Amino acid sequence: MVDSAGWPASFGFGRDADTATINKLDIDISPDGRGLPQGGANAIDGSIIYAAKCLACHGGVAMTTGIKFPAPALINNPDSPKVKTIGNYWPYATTIFDYVRRAMPYNAPGSLTNDEVYAVTAYLLHTNKLFDSVTVLNAVLLPKIIMPAQKRFVADDRTGGPVIK
Amino acid sequence: MKDEINKDNSTDSGPQKISRRLLLGGAATAAVILLKSSYGQTIQTAITQSGLSYDPTKHIGPLPGEVGTRSPFEHLVKKTSDTSSRTPLQDLYGTITPSDLHYERHHGGVPGIDPKKYELLVHGMVEKPMSFSLNDLKKFPAVSRICFLECSGNFRNGKEELSPQEICGLTSQSEWTGVMLSTLLREVGVKQNASWFLAEGGDAAVMTRSVPVKKAWEDAMIVYAQNGEAIRPEQGYPARLLLPGWEGNTNVKWLRRIEFADQPFMTREETSRYTYQVREHKIRQFSFEMDARSIITFPSYPQQVEKGWIEIRGIAWSGWGKIQKVEVSTDNGKTWNSAKLQEPVLSKAHTAFSHLWKWNGDETAVLSRATDETGYLQPTLQQLVDARGKDMGGYHLNPITSWVIKQDGRVLFKPEKWK
Repeated sequence: MVDSAGWPASFGFGRDADTATINKLDIDISPDGRGLPQGGANAIDGSIIYAAKCLACHGGVAMTTGIKFPAPALINNPDSPKVKTIGNYWPYATTIFDYVRRAMPYNAPGSLTNDEVYAVTAYLLHTNKLFDSVTVLNAVLLPKIIMPAQKRFVADDRTGGPVIK
Repeated sequence: MKDEINKDNSTDSGPQKISRRLLLGGAATAAVILLKSSYGQTIQTAITQSGLSYDPTKHIGPLPGEVGTRSPFEHLVKKTSDTSSRTPLQDLYGTITPSDLHYERHHGGVPGIDPKKYELLVHGMVEKPMSFSLNDLKKFPAVSRICFLECSGNFRNGKEELSPQEICGLTSQSEWTGVMLSTLLREVGVKQNASWFLAEGGDAAVMTRSVPVKKAWEDAMIVYAQNGEAIRPEQGYPARLLLPGWEGNTNVKWLRRIEFADQPFMTREETSRYTYQVREHKIRQFSFEMDARSIITFPSYPQQVEKGWIEIRGIAWSGWGKIQKVEVSTDNGKTWNSAKLQEPVLSKAHTAFSHLWKWNGDETAVLSRATDETGYLQPTLQQLVDARGKDMGGYHLNPITSWVIKQDGRVLFKPEKWK
């Protein structure tokens, strides 16, 4: 903690952030769905986008043999349970939307429309057996999806001291 | 004159004729030539070792330059991959990493950010959402701190021919200068019930992590300078978040936004990544602090030593605070000796240690282990497996490591199997 004795209540540096600036940058999605935009799409729409923009790097169903793709596998394979995928490891479905929108495709991040992001998210959830193929995924339905791995997540309990955790 | 220009000036036999070139500062004949850089500055650059067969006491050298150089005899480089680069720990002295050798890990490459256009947005659960320019950040009361950064995926294993750089080169140390995050919290009026904040970067990954507000009030900083000058692009120019002692990924580079909330955001980096399996099929999340660690950097692979006196040297650090002690073994872990620590021992900082040892020439192994101020003793790899299970993955591995010294003086890493 700094010694703030003698400091003014406010230094007066910086400018008030205007709504336009905030709205432009505030792109994160919370697990309760806060931040999800209007729009929607289903897994069938998503399959076309995935084939065009995602498949080349991520491949399809997770495999432990065969071609090694440059990006991690996303689609669960019950025969390869040790490979971490969305279906067996991600604790929140909203993370898919948040991450795809801001960072994907890798070579053109932020280039997908909101509907396209819903489509890809629906496709990934569907192929991971967590959503059907025809229902339109939107801001209402996405935060309601409970991911199988969520109950496995625990907060770090290390506190220093002699016990190795 | 022509004869003198073609004359071989590189021999030391007998007095040489003085040529005009030599009198004019010897730019063409000296070991260093003057070049125009892409910015139009005149810089000095070295010619290769093969050209340096001359007596420096007989020739005027290059004049003072605007930017310094490294000796052409020194070859310090990071080891690079698509997403990271590793500090050559075995080639360094002291505990400050030269800025251009600081490790890197990027998820979308290094962005080029114009400092005149840069702004940091601070919003969410605050009284006054605000945008700060780089100039604004520099006007606030400034603080400097020497501390390490470390990637939480900083352990490689698997073969004997591994240098400290390859085993754990994703850690470096700088003197960081900036503004305490608490100063900004004070300025925007963070609300009482805000318990987390999202930190977001302005790179192609637009990377995000959720951070507990408690850390913001403790020792979190927004830093804009590294080792006396503007922070490097590779380390987050023009400003990054610095969370002393916490896993590198949380120290968001190219920081563009901070949003205060009452719950974590569950970003990709804190769910799909930077989490690891522990006992009873659980997955550990929000594993922030880097545990105490040490590594011997001399003798290490690929160095060569001789029988006789050797000063064993290395670095130790802990994300929980100060290193309390380091012990060194020269008999493969049978007995341990207290190592000397280089003062000052700083909290959450690389600390140099040393131990004088007379090697009798028999094959042996040297090891180090660190204890930090919380009483935590650096574990063996087996202890980590026992604590977390064999599916523990690759994060937060800080095991005691061994260097085998062969009779011929070769030094090799001792890999351990645990899967």
